[in-house]
Amino acid sequence: MKVAVLIKQTPDTAELPKVSPEEVRSGDVKATMVINPWDEYAAEEAIQLGDRFGASSVAISLGKEGETDALKHALAMGVNSALLVDVEAAREGDVWAVATALAAAVQHEGDVDVVLTGKMSVDGNSGAVYTGVACKLGWNLLVNVTKIVDIADGVVTAERSFEGGQETVTMPLPVVISVAKEINDPRYPSFMGIRKASRAKIPVLTAQELGLESIPRAVRWENLRKPEARHTEVQIIEGETVEEQAAKLVDALLAEKVI
Amino acid sequence: MDFQLNDEQRAIRDMVRRFAQEKVAPLAHHTDETGEFPAQIFKEMGELGLLGLPVPEEYGGVGADTVSYALAVEELSAACGSTGLTYAAHTSLACMPLLWFGSEAQKRKYLTHLAQGKGLGAFGLTEPQAGSDAAGLRTTAVKDGDSWVLNGQKMWITSGAIADVVIVAAVTDPERGARGISNFIVEKGTPGFIPGKNEPKMGLKGSVTSQLFFQDCRIPAENLLGELNGGFIQFMKTLDGGRISIAACSLGLGRAAFEAAREYAKQRHAFGHPIADFQAIQFKLADMATELEASRLLIYQAAVLKDRGRPFTKEAAMAKLFASEAAERVCYQAIQIHGGYGYSREYPVERIYRDNRLMAIGEGTSEILRMVIGRRVLRE
Ligand SMILES: Cc1cc2nc3c(=O)[nH]c(=O)nc-3n(C[C@H](O)[C@H](O)[C@H](O)COP(=O)(O)OP(=O)(O)OC[C@H]3O[C@@H](n4cnc5c(N)ncnc54)[C@H](O)[C@@H]3O)c2cc1C
Repeated sequence: MKVAVLIKQTPDTAELPKVSPEEVRSGDVKATMVINPWDEYAAEEAIQLGDRFGASSVAISLGKEGETDALKHALAMGVNSALLVDVEAAREGDVWAVATALAAAVQHEGDVDVVLTGKMSVDGNSGAVYTGVACKLGWNLLVNVTKIVDIADGVVTAERSFEGGQETVTMPLPVVISVAKEINDPRYPSFMGIRKASRAKIPVLTAQELGLESIPRAVRWENLRKPEARHTEVQIIEGETVEEQAAKLVDALLAEKVI
Repeated sequence: MDFQLNDEQRAIRDMVRRFAQEKVAPLAHHTDETGEFPAQIFKEMGELGLLGLPVPEEYGGVGADTVSYALAVEELSAACGSTGLTYAAHTSLACMPLLWFGSEAQKRKYLTHLAQGKGLGAFGLTEPQAGSDAAGLRTTAVKDGDSWVLNGQKMWITSGAIADVVIVAAVTDPERGARGISNFIVEKGTPGFIPGKNEPKMGLKGSVTSQLFFQDCRIPAENLLGELNGGFIQFMKTLDGGRISIAACSLGLGRAAFEAAREYAKQRHAFGHPIADFQAIQFKLADMATELEASRLLIYQAAVLKDRGRPFTKEAAMAKLFASEAAERVCYQAIQIHGGYGYSREYPVERIYRDNRLMAIGEGTSEILRMVIGRRVLRE
């Protein structure tokens, strides 16, 4: 069995507020780039599927040459191999273009049974790429998966949560699975893993190899701007006793029509 | 000349930083208040391979270079001084002498155990009557058949009471002064090896600092480390390496104080302005940042020389002397920038100030380091 895990390199969340629209437009973001935190759950699950079912795993990321820190993080965690997909038309395109390139890379990799992804990226926030990938591949899609119960006889059994409940579903392979954070507790990479990964030569798949020199785009950005900073005011509720403080807090919340 | 970290060094720094900020920093205040040794943190560090970072792979380590190791010490110390010092002592003072001077069998048995994080190591040199004057030790080791018998007392030994392996310096030939000292490997639980109480201290409260007593403590003859009567040179070399890590402790502590002060200066308002608008505050921050940067460069220089097998005694002494005293000034100003809040135990800077104070004393006081440097520059 082979598992492909889709990994995005995103700005460190602590530095996200500093990223400017110009940087996003040019694609030259100055922030420290790390593995998208949601993708760590997918990478961890890929490793665990290796331990449980002997699956081999490959991490796939869309990015410019050299943008391999996130892939190396996945390798250091224990994912077996990595692949960088350098397709300009996808990097600069919309969600659909990204999905097109990633799906093509999965197909290029061959014999993949399961594609794992995080629930969204902390910069793009669309949560739509995995849907596009499943669509392009023509595979089944399972979202918000909190547990992969079993994979046997070409069928995956998984638990997923939805508003108000939890369900157990079965679905024939191949399948695209987007995982929820309840699924596992991503490990820290070992320092030995980090050392080895930092020296790894990561193969690059080009647009030519995938036949994706141009990808039609459905969405065009007319403008890109930062949301206005919200002005918040801090009010410290004072009082002699906890009861007095609580009473004042309730009054204040009532006055603001919060409760 | 290239001032860039390589990919491996950067990846190691980033991961230690993340671990330190996510796991170590949230405990630092608790550790300081209670004096509890953060055992769980060290267990996790061991599992990740941090406790053998610069130890070669064949002995259970990761095989990283000294720059990476210094970065790791800096990041851990920026989160918690007690954790940083304990880590530095384990690595520089216990793992490294085993690596450099140990026999193959000793390395397999003791170094591998420490590098894999199965236990901590300690280094027992200082005695109640012999600190800077290390050649004046009084602990003795006498050969008796297949054993050495140790008698004496050690003082201020980092992790001494909790370590699995302690390297102990003792006089083996009283006639020969510094040339009559040898180092021994003593296992925890050896009869006659009695750890004393945890010393109450000004700072670094989560780092265990112990007296150690040796009363007819009998250890196997093969636990002599390296050459008989070669102990003095061994611990001088060990301390050279250790000084790079103590400098890195100070850099981490100073950086944490600086960053806290910088954030505070942006948020605290006085006279209708964030205090960061005042030139007096900006100048303080400028000096602090400059001194930290100078410390960093001295540390990297010493670490690179060490990795290249070049002499680094003077450079390591300079790095520790400067970094520890620079961090003292940085912490002083960080508290000043915080005003009254800087003096409060609710803010981290007073803890950092207390934690850093040791760095100008341990592994060679500033006075001793000035002597080391002075002697060398006069010879050049
Ligand atoms: C928290 C802590 C952890 C420690 N951990 C360890 C450890 O793990 N292992 C270990 O072996 N030791 C350890 N030490 C001991 C430490 O290395 C010594 O305290 C240090 O070397 C100084 O020795 P001393 O305390 O005996 O001071 P002394 O040597 O008595 O010095 C007192 C003062 O005299 C000055 N002085 C001494 N000689 C001269 C001279 N020739 N010229 C000018 N000035 C001089 C010193 O600089 C100092 O200011 C630790 C100490 C502390 C506080």
